[in-house]
Amino acid sequence: MTLRIANGAGFLGDNLDAPRRLVESASLDYLTLEYLAELTLSILARLREKNPAAGYAEDFMTVLASLLPALTAQPSLKIVTNAGGMNPCACAQAAARILAGAGLGGEKIGVVDGDDILAELPALQSAGCAFENLDTGEPLASLKQPIVSANAYLGAREIAAALASGARFVITGRVADASLTVGPAVHEFGWKWDDWNRLAGASVAGHVIECGAQATGGFYPHWREIDLADVGYPIAELEADGNSVITKPEGSGGTVNRETVAEQLLYEIGDPAHYLTPDVDADFTTVEIEPLARDRVAIRGATGRAAPERYKVSLAYRDGYLATGQMLVYDRKPVEKARACAEIILARLKAAGCEFRRVNVECLGAGEAVPGLHSPPPGLREVMLRISVHDPRREAVERFTKEFAPLATSGPAGLAGYASGRPQARPVFTYWPTLVPKSRVAPRVRVQTAAAWSEPD
Amino acid sequence: MAKTILLSQIAHARSGDKGNHANLGVIAYTPAGFEYLRDMLTNERVADFFGGLGCSRVERFELPRLWALNFLLYDALAGGASRSLRIDTQGKLLSTAIADLTLPMPKNLSAMQRR
Repeated sequence: MTLRIANGAGFLGDNLDAPRRLVESASLDYLTLEYLAELTLSILARLREKNPAAGYAEDFMTVLASLLPALTAQPSLKIVTNAGGMNPCACAQAAARILAGAGLGGEKIGVVDGDDILAELPALQSAGCAFENLDTGEPLASLKQPIVSANAYLGAREIAAALASGARFVITGRVADASLTVGPAVHEFGWKWDDWNRLAGASVAGHVIECGAQATGGFYPHWREIDLADVGYPIAELEADGNSVITKPEGSGGTVNRETVAEQLLYEIGDPAHYLTPDVDADFTTVEIEPLARDRVAIRGATGRAAPERYKVSLAYRDGYLATGQMLVYDRKPVEKARACAEIILARLKAAGCEFRRVNVECLGAGEAVPGLHSPPPGLREVMLRISVHDPRREAVERFTKEFAPLATSGPAGLAGYASGRPQARPVFTYWPTLVPKSRVAPRVRVQTAAAWSEPD
Repeated sequence: MAKTILLSQIAHARSGDKGNHANLGVIAYTPAGFEYLRDMLTNERVADFFGGLGCSRVERFELPRLWALNFLLYDALAGGASRSLRIDTQGKLLSTAIADLTLPMPKNLSAMQRR
């Protein structure tokens, strides 16, 4: 048996048509949809504060509606997604209403939650969990700012349990991205939870497809060689031994080759010998990749060791406000004029009593996007001046956003681009990477029909 | 004859963020290229190239079966995804930037180039 698992979303904000195009152009067993980058949860937490029925990836509802014809025509197609964000039950209820409205009310939705440990933090700290920052070693108790969200990265077990209970749709909160693929694999192949090499193999496949088109030609230096407008999203064909083939729908754009798969394997990893998920400690250094045919690349040889005893925790705290404004500066000496503009703005703000904890001035176009590498080229006539400020005081950051437009009439000649409106001040949520013992977290799985989920509480 | 080559003649790369750290995967086009990079693309060379980022240190990992090196650039992102004030909050440009790193001309360049 070959298990065909595709990924149609790599982050909240990814292409809304990609999931539908995937299921229409390829025969799939599972469609995964990954919506939660490191800090997405803190943004969703803020949405839930304002509205108790919000806090999940609302894009998923648009996607789900677009998938209804395919879900009716392909009764074996299942969906596994972390769209639940900070509110998996509300997400399931919203999804259930869409399904019930399309005559799919009898289908089961499984919800995985229990990842949200924010309310338990004081009790856990009293019980001896210090939640040391993995970068600095400081205990969480030393943090003065308010915590916005704290979620354990759950693993594949609860996803597999939901599938075993008959769920056709599994909606989770924070789970490790690769676990969206590992859960279905364990369920379908009947692996044991100490089949480390197989769990590692599925984790590698899940890691390669988790960012959507980044495995199929997106973010690829040889982009000139391919068609990205119609880029196909990735499919992992998993085997019972944990090895896989990465491919994409026939006729779609993009490419799957040794280069794209190797690049994505390395994407956002640390020590490749220890790719840690709640399911396994996977070793990427034993992995081999081999192109088999056009747009088909085999991944073999992943090995794994026993899973970590602790869950990674995605914890974020409020850290003041940030705003960025930009303006086009045209001149024979554009960098000099841009820097003068920045000084004028900052001097006016200082006179108004606003100095900022952090300020950054960039002259984009002059080689400053990656600091220190390139000087402005001779003959440069324009740069985009970009000023960013960060400060604990919201009023000061708000005032900064109002200091760009005045430059149009009270700054040097040769400025443009301030007509697109004032910049926005936004709250900053800073990440506090930490761990929690698995025994201190209680993941939950709840499976019922869409009809039951769509009934009011 | 040129005395140097660009990294992009023998390798490709991908970069991203891990909190306030950046990761940079560099992949040789051929095994010969990997052997050369293993010798030449040292932590020091990468740290020096990206000196303007203010990294606290650079750590290198080897993946010989993938002809690849993975670099972790600690504290390279001026705060990381949520609080960096740079346009490249997540270090996404680093993989394109490192294409310009110059290396001494190897003896067997043709065995290292993309086919």
